[in-house]
Amino acid sequence: MRAVSRIALSVFRESVRDRVPYNLVLFSILLISSSLLIGQLTAGQDVKIIKDLGLAATSAFGLFIAIFIGIGLVSKEVERRSIYALLAKPISRPQFIAGKYAGLVLTLAVNVAVMTLALYAVLAYMTWGTPPQIRSAWDAPGIDPALLKAVFLIFVQLMLVTALALFFSTFSSPILSASLTFGLYVVGQFNAELRNFDGVVDSPAAAWLARLAYRVVPDLSAFDVKMQVVHGIPVTAGYLVLTAGYGLLYISAILLVATFIFSRRDFK
Amino acid sequence: MTASRAAGPAAIVLALLAFGGAVTLQAARDGQYPRGGSVTRSLLYVQSGSALQRLALEFDALASDVYWIRAIQHFGRERLAEGREPTYELLYPLLDITTSLDPYFTIAYRFGAIFLSEEYPGGPGRPDLAMKLLEKGIAAEPRKWEYYHDLGFVHYWHLRDYTAAASWFQRAAEQPDAPNWLDPLAAAMLNAGGDRASARFVWTQLLQSEEAWLRRAAVWRLRQLDALDQIDQLEQVVRRYWPPEGGRYSWEQLVRLRVLRGIPVDPAGTVYALDPATGEVSVAAGSALQPMPGEARQVLEPR
Repeated sequence: MRAVSRIALSVFRESVRDRVPYNLVLFSILLISSSLLIGQLTAGQDVKIIKDLGLAATSAFGLFIAIFIGIGLVSKEVERRSIYALLAKPISRPQFIAGKYAGLVLTLAVNVAVMTLALYAVLAYMTWGTPPQIRSAWDAPGIDPALLKAVFLIFVQLMLVTALALFFSTFSSPILSASLTFGLYVVGQFNAELRNFDGVVDSPAAAWLARLAYRVVPDLSAFDVKMQVVHGIPVTAGYLVLTAGYGLLYISAILLVATFIFSRRDFK
Repeated sequence: MTASRAAGPAAIVLALLAFGGAVTLQAARDGQYPRGGSVTRSLLYVQSGSALQRLALEFDALASDVYWIRAIQHFGRERLAEGREPTYELLYPLLDITTSLDPYFTIAYRFGAIFLSEEYPGGPGRPDLAMKLLEKGIAAEPRKWEYYHDLGFVHYWHLRDYTAAASWFQRAAEQPDAPNWLDPLAAAMLNAGGDRASARFVWTQLLQSEEAWLRRAAVWRLRQLDALDQIDQLEQVVRRYWPPEGGRYSWEQLVRLRVLRGIPVDPAGTVYALDPATGEVSVAAGSALQPMPGEARQVLEPR
């Protein structure tokens, strides 16, 4: 456990050294400038648009971090040949994978937390500057705790994408890993379409394959409740638990396979 | 070492010069070869809301905001167009895409319906498309009383189909959280139909709306109704005082005769127009109350 946390902390420190937190500055500038400008363009929908923008940016920035750092977690060590020094220490390969993964998840958690705080700060400012009569017409309150439900599922989705990036990084080059991870991310967004494929094709075999793909490919569209929370549509605790549980089990499966592949890899 | 230190600022100056040159060339090119109609062209590539929804991945709500802003800008640009006839050809496709990307975007349906049904040239004058948009809203959220209410309103104000309007107001009243004034509104529609009193009733109710834009619209429409009442009174006065043989109707003459205390102005503060030949009174072309609804006089005349 100690070895895992040490590796995790070193990944976190490395991401800070790689200037990953700069994206937080960009995020803040994006939100603050939008909040000032957007009111002129949106016919009273500025709070809705700031929520949309804030949640979408949290997801997009996190996605870039998850993919572009995740793909280098293992392959970078192999390229630099620092993997030999690491594996010579009393660190098992599963510990190495777990530490690397936990480090990037920690980086993402800090990023998502800071972005969420920035979003709430901008929303508080906008709510404070809006007369109560106009506020009463909003679908949901400006400072809405329900936004945390969307943020939570965004975070679980980012954890899943990180696991995918790490998985590909254990056996392929960074470019190929990035392509495969991004490809799976896109396919995962369409996954719900596969479930009802039998309504589109007549072939039972094709429908069966589509249903199989639906089960195998990560169901990322399920993690997207941004629209619901922005419009004040309830997202139940049961849905959150089932979706997060699905995500965590899927992550476990991917990390176990990644560990298996990495354990069998010969670095000689 | 000194040379390499000097090279740094020189490189920055050169970069700034190069960037300035690029911007100058861009401005020169735009001046000589203006590029118009980019909105139409880009929209032609992606007209399907459902296709865009898929292309937007998980960012469909944000994409809908972008299309909403484009719809507002398109409407405003066309409405304020000078020196050409406004065309609102992109308004419905933009609203359709907006609401396909975000089916819960209430204001896009409600504002969109107002924009679409506004009479030309203030809008495209397409109440049919307004109703189509609102019915799409009902399909997404069947219990939202506002959409039924707005459909009733389009039937009432733009199509003058009071039976249909009453039916939609009644359906609005049946939805959860519907305000209690919808029932009397439906009854007023059935009883009085298109008279000015029921118009005043509708707009007075809308003064209590949560939406600032609807309240502003209600104030404006009530002023139009006030103007119509005043025009009726003024025409009665004008008809009582015929001009001398060969003379023409004028406000000045009526003021000189002490029939009027001053030249009458409409609720927006503009002098009423008086036809010198017929004595017909109307809201002047330059009044802030214009455009008066095309057939409002007929619709709202007391029966």
